[in-house]
Amino acid sequence: MAESGGWLQALTEFSETTSPLDFVLIAQHYDLFLQGLMNTVGLVFFSLLIGGALAIPLGIVRAARQPVLNQLVWAYVYVFRGTPLLVQTYLIYYGLGQFEAVRDSFLWPFLREAWWCALIAFTLNTAAYTTEIFRGVIEATPHGEIEAAKACGMSPWTRMRRIVLPSALRRALPAYSNEVIFMLHGSVVASTVTIVDILGAGRTLNAKYYLAFEGFIAAAVIYMLLVYLLSRGFKLWEWKWHAHLRPREIEAVKEPAAAAPKAIGLR
Amino acid sequence: MRFNKFKAAIAAGALALGLASVAQAEDPLRIGVEGAYPPFSWKEADGTLKGFDIDIAKALCEKMGRECELVEQDWDGIIPALLAKKYDAIVASMSITEERKKRVDFSGKYYNTPAKFVAAKDAGFEATAAGLKGKTVGVQRGTIHQCYMEKAFPEVELKLYGTQEEVFLDLASGRIDLQISDSIQSLEGFLTKPEGKDFAFLGDDQFDLGCHGEGAGIAVRKGEDDLRLAFDKAIKAIRDDGTYAKINAKYFDFDIFGAGS
Repeated sequence: MAESGGWLQALTEFSETTSPLDFVLIAQHYDLFLQGLMNTVGLVFFSLLIGGALAIPLGIVRAARQPVLNQLVWAYVYVFRGTPLLVQTYLIYYGLGQFEAVRDSFLWPFLREAWWCALIAFTLNTAAYTTEIFRGVIEATPHGEIEAAKACGMSPWTRMRRIVLPSALRRALPAYSNEVIFMLHGSVVASTVTIVDILGAGRTLNAKYYLAFEGFIAAAVIYMLLVYLLSRGFKLWEWKWHAHLRPREIEAVKEPAAAAPKAIGLR
Repeated sequence: MRFNKFKAAIAAGALALGLASVAQAEDPLRIGVEGAYPPFSWKEADGTLKGFDIDIAKALCEKMGRECELVEQDWDGIIPALLAKKYDAIVASMSITEERKKRVDFSGKYYNTPAKFVAAKDAGFEATAAGLKGKTVGVQRGTIHQCYMEKAFPEVELKLYGTQEEVFLDLASGRIDLQISDSIQSLEGFLTKPEGKDFAFLGDDQFDLGCHGEGAGIAVRKGEDDLRLAFDKAIKAIRDDGTYAKINAKYFDFDIFGAGS
């Protein structure tokens, strides 16, 4: 015990004085970063879930070019893609809190919490971007598929549900994986409204010990790991959903090849 | 990178003239300030910096006979930026504490005012461990007040903000139950303003030597003793010749230097 204690102390001392990066200090605050990880993952997961669910009907409205609805959705998308996420979050967090009417309303228990404000901002933001992704892939549905569905006598809704959406969402996957990664990086905005997300944890560490790098580098490493997991996950997902696009193993070629030696033997 | 080139250019120029020391003395002294901490420092609508810290910094430079350049920096990164040589000294109401002394050296204090809680006038709780139970307290991240809350009230839920102005915004909107900061700063920057009319100090002065230290000093990089001593001398000079009193009177109707010298 005493020996390992001495070894630990030597490591701590090396980390504090010699090493350019005080890694022991980072390790000592693992709980802070764990809390940050939970907050980031929770916020990003729920905003993508709700935002994605909102984006499907909105994308359909855009693609169908419904006269009035389409313009409304277009305006919404335009506003949320036209302004930075930071500004949106500030407006919801600091802006809405200024009005007494908001503070007296039934919404205040939610808007009072930074977490809900961030969730609302992130959800509306990602829904706007995803709407445009979905609109694009729905509009790009091959005409033949729709003709075939019509020929089978499917109603517009059945067509949408059975033919257009399944194929469109598949094709949306690569573009959507980008949106997910952007959302993860965009979620650092949460740290500016008192939420201890991954970056918030890094900032807290930096501020507490007056450091320049340690907190940010630890945060950067965690974000990189998360993006690695996300991109692996999306690869798997694409592999599954795009099975019909994979090059096929052509069995017809294999079998004659295996049979060939026999043929030689017979000669 | 740019800095190195700049330095190299100066060195080359100085070599050519054989006047290394003169060239260095003509470098303006760069001072890091915050600009979001009224009445000590704030930014006017036209972008000029105003406040007690700003005036003190300018007065000290004048006494030191150096040309000064004020550099704005967020509080979060104010020490790292000093260490990265973005400027040479910090005049930003920074308290002299043990934890900070591990990273930077300080001049003697140039003012010292106590920390106090601020809550709604009708708050209905006391500034004790029992009274603050279940309350949310806002503080500016990386301040003596964060240190104090974590040490004296470890059970209380803390919310950390980038600037003191954001703390007041959330106090006014009711997101936090109370906040703790410098009493003079909260009096001048919030309580005497329209948005602070429903709020008041809660409890007595809060003090812990380990966290609060001995007052606000001017931070310089470790080992830069000449600059630190020059600041000490200049602080004494503006105290003696009445410049300090004049600046003090511009912002406060009592002496904020505090007891001692």
